[in-house]
Amino acid sequence: MPPPAIQMTGIDKRFGAVHANNAVSMTVEKGTVHGLIGENGAGKSTLMSILYGFYAADSGTIAINGKPSLIRTPADAIHSGIGMVHQHFMLVETFTVVENVMLGAEGGVFTARGASAVRAKLRALSHAYGMDVNPDAVVCELAVGELQRVEILKALVKGADILILDEPTAVLTPGEVDTLFVLLRRLADEGKTIIIVTHKLKEIMAVTDRVSVMRRGAMVGTVETRNTSPADLAELMVGRRVMLTVEKGPANPQGVVLDVKDLTVRDARGTVRLDHATFQVRAGEIVGIAGVSGNGQSELLETIAGIRKPAGGTISLNGTMLDCGGGDDPTALRARGLRHVPEDRHRMGLVKQFEAAESAILGCSDEPGFGAGPFLDRDAVLADCIRKMASFDVRPADPTLRTALFSGGNQQKIVLAREIERDPRLLLIGQPTRGVDIGAIEFIHKRIIALRDAGKAVLLVSTELDEVLALSDRVLVMCGGKITGERRPEDTNEQDMGLLMAGVSSDAPKVAA
Amino acid sequence: MSAKTAPVWLTAGVVPLVNVAVAFLAAGLVVALIGENPVEALQIMLRGALGSQYGLGYTLYYTTSFIFTGLAVAVAFHAGHFNIGGEGQALMGGLGAALVALSLPFLPWPLLLPLCVLGAAAAGAAWVFIPAYLQAHRGSHIVITTIMFNFLAATLLVYLLVGPMKMAGSMAPETARFVPAATLPLMNQMAAWFALTITRTPLNLSFIFAILAAVFVWVLIWRTRLGYAIRTVGANPDAAVYAGISPRRITVIALLISGGLAGLMATNEILGVQGRLINEFTAGAGFVGIAVALMGRCHPFGIVLAAMLFGVLYQGGAELAFDKPKITREMIIVIQGFVILFAGALEMMFADRIAALYARLTGKVVAA
Ligand SMILES: Nc1ncnc2c1ncn2[C@@H]1O[C@H](COP(=O)(O)OP(=O)(O)OP(=O)(O)O)[C@@H](O)[C@H]1O
Ligand SMILES: [Mg+2]
Repeated sequence: MPPPAIQMTGIDKRFGAVHANNAVSMTVEKGTVHGLIGENGAGKSTLMSILYGFYAADSGTIAINGKPSLIRTPADAIHSGIGMVHQHFMLVETFTVVENVMLGAEGGVFTARGASAVRAKLRALSHAYGMDVNPDAVVCELAVGELQRVEILKALVKGADILILDEPTAVLTPGEVDTLFVLLRRLADEGKTIIIVTHKLKEIMAVTDRVSVMRRGAMVGTVETRNTSPADLAELMVGRRVMLTVEKGPANPQGVVLDVKDLTVRDARGTVRLDHATFQVRAGEIVGIAGVSGNGQSELLETIAGIRKPAGGTISLNGTMLDCGGGDDPTALRARGLRHVPEDRHRMGLVKQFEAAESAILGCSDEPGFGAGPFLDRDAVLADCIRKMASFDVRPADPTLRTALFSGGNQQKIVLAREIERDPRLLLIGQPTRGVDIGAIEFIHKRIIALRDAGKAVLLVSTELDEVLALSDRVLVMCGGKITGERRPEDTNEQDMGLLMAGVSSDAPKVAA
Repeated sequence: MSAKTAPVWLTAGVVPLVNVAVAFLAAGLVVALIGENPVEALQIMLRGALGSQYGLGYTLYYTTSFIFTGLAVAVAFHAGHFNIGGEGQALMGGLGAALVALSLPFLPWPLLLPLCVLGAAAAGAAWVFIPAYLQAHRGSHIVITTIMFNFLAATLLVYLLVGPMKMAGSMAPETARFVPAATLPLMNQMAAWFALTITRTPLNLSFIFAILAAVFVWVLIWRTRLGYAIRTVGANPDAAVYAGISPRRITVIALLISGGLAGLMATNEILGVQGRLINEFTAGAGFVGIAVALMGRCHPFGIVLAAMLFGVLYQGGAELAFDKPKITREMIIVIQGFVILFAGALEMMFADRIAALYARLTGKVVAA
């Protein structure tokens, strides 16, 4: 038997008081797809960053293909045949695919030779693994799934035998996920070794050979995927049994809270992004919006939240017509009880350079509770953050830590805590569980349902079809900026939804709202 | 991954000190190259700047101007903008102070003096309003517009000082003297109120204003809702929009505050020392403010320290040029240039290495 592709032994890493990796050992066999799972902040990204040379471990050793290797920088890692695909793609948007792949291997003053060499390699690789990517496409025009393929190709062109993918599916559509998994299997069959970090147990079951589980900085076990089940994995991760399904009683909808009529939005170029959307959300119900990302959901949420100006149509909140793009800016809307969890927490939901406590008052900094008159009372802000961190189990519960230093899931919890704890009448919530671990998903789902049961209106946008179907009382499907259908979750299935999401009208009966 | 931290005392204390030391080393080399003794030169500089009441008075007098212009750059920087128009805004601050002083000479000093100070701040703020508005609403780059406004301010002042505002009968481009009620007392005069005698230097009450301004900026940026909004806009404008903070409004407000602080620099030179409006009185203080803000990491405390360093360089440099004919004024500018280079522009050059050393010594892994 060949030596394992990766053998990490006794890896230890501390960040100040946080013990991110505690004597972690992990073995990955050659030619396999190996899953790495664990709660938010368990130390997965840290472990992978050590393997890729971003961080130096405090102690511990790494052997690649049986050979002890000193990996201090990403260059060392690439040299050892390790490639990494980041969740946030590291591509130059205005470059073509070839130019991006060529970065770092331009081959001299003139780029023509490097370019043709890269082009040849790209062609060979695309052919070998069935990845069709147009080498001359400009990166900013590619879809997310294609971007990811470019990242993978970039690693392969550099000679990677071992590929690390950190939460690769978080931004992909279901179809793109399937394509990716086919590709990963194929790479593994060709002898490449793949490590995939994810929070989605379904994907672990679908694509991996073995899976390692981390909890609070320690490795708690490695199991053969075929000998385990999602429930067992969840228990290993969290240390208790986790509800993998959402439990909720029937909804008891009351009066209309949000009334959207013929809402139309154009982007800066004048392209119609939202086309005459009409719907209502009542108090005490969760209305979900399903759809492939980029079909107008973001525009819908942002317009209702007062961030975008509509080109036409009306929005009423609690029976009052809003002055969209005028007096009803996000501040005024918050005063009317609208809260908003934005889809992209890094772009909008947080200020990464701020301490957590400061990010936790984004949009609420004018509330009287945070200080007298023009002043901000730092003690009050910190105390408020500590409270929120406790109620949402944010780890580490340190309000003075910089926002950027929290793991992805914990950042999301900070945003959710900020918006949900403020007792909204209408909650707009985009991608509530993106990058969040299953324990936290269970918790977040419970909080959303509790909000509904307390008579609040919830408008939920998620590209996770399972999530939309599990949480919503009614589901609207969007495609190409239009609402293409409405279903009750109990009256539909994935196939029906898939057709609606693709804009193909389906003959299933429309349910009365 | 830039998400790494080293302790504050390291990044804000040791790193700048090392940078300054390297700057002096480089400057020392140049001094040695022209055949002077660098150690002696450094001694002369330090003694000249700090070794006597006279030297210290001048040092703090220069420091005063640099604190104002450094704070001005810092406030704009927190909102994500690079206001390099401190020079022009300070000139206009002088004009504002002079207009008040010359047009209301009959007022008693408790009224006239505060009005003159306000006039300086208001004129500095007014001068940045058009660049600020264009940046906020038209996206015209503030760096370009404020440079242009520096030229405009300089020419406007020349025009006024050789024309409408020129003192009748004078050959120099300057206004008439202000009434005493419109001027700030010198530090030695104030000391005399308390029966203390100190050497007469240009150091005046505006030094206290500068320290108060630093405290004001600290409170503003880190302890007020407006400061929070300013930092949000500077760090992540999308998050600001989401939060209901208007980046346009905040941009204009932050730049007005910035311009006001730059305008206050005129209280030192015009209200404190000259007692009349003269041409080119800023003498580059607006630009030194950029280096001061960079070196002070846009923190008021750091800015006060950095301003003092530049005060020492200015005053000590003047003494050095006086003592050592071989070391000309231009040489002094070279030395100042080294400080700006190592402490401002190259501030990160040693930061990583120092952090790595620290990590080795403490067993923790950090990077600046
Ligand atoms: N540079 C850093 N400085 C300080 N603490 C850090 C740093 N990077 C990570 N941490 C902390 O180390 C712990 C492990 O973080 P890591 O990012 O590895 O978690 P993760 O398992 O990838 O979580 P997630 O699933 O949320 O992405 C967290 O508590 C995090 O806050
Ligand atoms: Mg992670």
